[in-house]
Amino acid sequence: MNPTTHEEKHDTLSHAERDRLERAAIDASTRLPVILFYGSAIFWLLVGTVFGLLAAIKMNIPTFLDQWGWLTFGRVRPAHLNAVAYGWASPAAIGTGLWLMARLCRTPLKHAKLLISAAVFWNLGVAIGICAILAGDSRSIEWLEFPNYASGLLFISYGLISVWAVIMFRFRQPGHVYVSQWYILAAFLWFPWLYSTSNLLLNFEQIQGGAQGAVNWWFGHNVLGLWFTPIALATIYYLIPKVLGRPIHSYYLSILGFWTLALFYSWNGMHHLIGGPFPAWMISASVVASVMMIVPVITTAINFHMTTVGHFNALKWSPTLRFTVFGAVCYTLASGQGSTMAIPSLNVITHFTHYTIGHSHLGMYAFFTMVMYGAIYYIMPRVVGWEWPSSRLIRWHFWLVAIGIVFMVIVLSIGGVLQGLALLDANVTFMKSLEIARPWLWMRSASGILLTAGHIVFAVNFTLLLLKFGKRRSGPTLFGKRAEVESEMHAV
Amino acid sequence: MNRMTVIVIGAFLTFLTSWVGLVAYPYLQLGRFMPATDEASGDVNPPPLSGMAVMGQRVYAASGCVYCHSQQVRQIGIGSDLARGWGARPTVARDYMRERPAFLGTMRTGPDLANIGARQSSAKWHHQHLYQPAVVTPGSIMPSYRYLYRTQKIQGQRSERALDLLPPNVPPPGYEVVPTYEAEALVAYLISLNRNYPLPEAPEPTE
Repeated sequence: MNPTTHEEKHDTLSHAERDRLERAAIDASTRLPVILFYGSAIFWLLVGTVFGLLAAIKMNIPTFLDQWGWLTFGRVRPAHLNAVAYGWASPAAIGTGLWLMARLCRTPLKHAKLLISAAVFWNLGVAIGICAILAGDSRSIEWLEFPNYASGLLFISYGLISVWAVIMFRFRQPGHVYVSQWYILAAFLWFPWLYSTSNLLLNFEQIQGGAQGAVNWWFGHNVLGLWFTPIALATIYYLIPKVLGRPIHSYYLSILGFWTLALFYSWNGMHHLIGGPFPAWMISASVVASVMMIVPVITTAINFHMTTVGHFNALKWSPTLRFTVFGAVCYTLASGQGSTMAIPSLNVITHFTHYTIGHSHLGMYAFFTMVMYGAIYYIMPRVVGWEWPSSRLIRWHFWLVAIGIVFMVIVLSIGGVLQGLALLDANVTFMKSLEIARPWLWMRSASGILLTAGHIVFAVNFTLLLLKFGKRRSGPTLFGKRAEVESEMHAV
Repeated sequence: MNRMTVIVIGAFLTFLTSWVGLVAYPYLQLGRFMPATDEASGDVNPPPLSGMAVMGQRVYAASGCVYCHSQQVRQIGIGSDLARGWGARPTVARDYMRERPAFLGTMRTGPDLANIGARQSSAKWHHQHLYQPAVVTPGSIMPSYRYLYRTQKIQGQRSERALDLLPPNVPPPGYEVVPTYEAEALVAYLISLNRNYPLPEAPEPTE
């Protein structure tokens, strides 16, 4: 051994050690905001699950709890959507986004107070909004049910977060800007614009009815495409390479995927209104844009696949990777399905049916929520300084929700198509279309029970982690025995 | 892409295109209608809603009817809306000019209501149906809206607004079920839903 190589080796070691310390300092700086956003997200996930289950059962047994107005189906259903979209999904996205932002800017989190007040405003807004829906003050505009006094709070909160994101980005360490940062920065700027415009035109100064549908679905689709989707993609772009210790397959594919997503997704909304009272060009533009979504989706799918290929073994050991890759695959499926649903000859079957509900759960749950689980499994131990207490609970969580959501999407899709074919044929009575869907709706409720169980398991494990339950572990909590795992992977 | 300006300006511009197409354009073109006067009948279309119906629209929103019922008759060639008798013509943007909000809807767990007032114009029927949907229309999975009704002791004469309910919802002897103001408003709104009038851009089919 000559001395030079020895010294180089020594140098890289201390460099690695410095990196580790820097990362630990950054993680510690994000602790309070991340725990606040994640903790409240999981609380609302449980609340939203209860509402979802209630709504599902009410479709099976219409007389179930029908004596109280505040628990009628038409209130419980939007309470479910808002609790999971604004209570669970958004705070989970914000928590993940801010941690990724600090890590990728290689800067300890600045202005934590901005984020902490944002978390307080946000949760206050969600709580008030859901109470308002149950009390009968819903605006009955899908995805925008919250009355002004609740949506205003969410907007203030989101404004604080956007300002914070821009500040963080400006104070980043010089060097390469990673693809995840583009997505997060763009999402943090798109959403306030989207949310304020839509609320302004639909709730504060309501425009005429003829134009409302377009704005409603411009929002309804973009909240998925330009808020939840970019955050989840940013997370996947970070976690897969990180866990596998491999660089992302192609920089150019990620650029292509980013800009085509921005361009095409933003035009998708009108496919919710095919056949409706709108000029044909508006609907056609959305149909074309929806089909063109194939470009960003395939691009991103190739990039994820080529990064993971040859290392699928890691799915056996890494909880983070298992959830994240499940989500990434479902992104491709959900988007591919979405493109086909926009084609008028197929839309005429699936429009107005439970098929659409299946599709939205494939997107918001099988894709987005699963990726967020992956992120929470990765981020929480680093932020709290304590590993997950139970790998068995993680395994239960995975299988309950994975089987639950796959089952739900399948039964809603089959039931929805049968319902749609019945609706399409004017010789079949309307009542028949209900009858056909009924058994499938029972199975949907069964899938909801699996999801509920999975969420409880997850919440328990999360609480145990916060309480630093159990013995201190020497390494991350993985599936399987530590020794076997280590021989197969370098990092988790 | 290492420059913040590229990302911010690019993200702004791509999003702006959809804002122009799906927000600004509809606001200018579909959001500034005036009612049309029908030359043959002298009627103003779409007709203004009565005060009671406006209140009823709020009850419709509060009860979340839109999550199961659409209010749009799709264009000819798309779906079976016309064949099912859900309207005499497809609905057009002007039909919704007075709607706050417009309940276009995305689900048909229940039938379309764009013209329910034309199909069922009887308040009595609507009250019975809202109170006991599955009894009035067997097979229906609509929940009961009995929380919008009051069961009260009959004081002297039975109220003329009292519902004629069928088993198993018949009130005990000496009692009657009457609609609250909210139920009256909701029914007034439902009966007002009739878009079969002609508009210059959507004449009623002649055959």
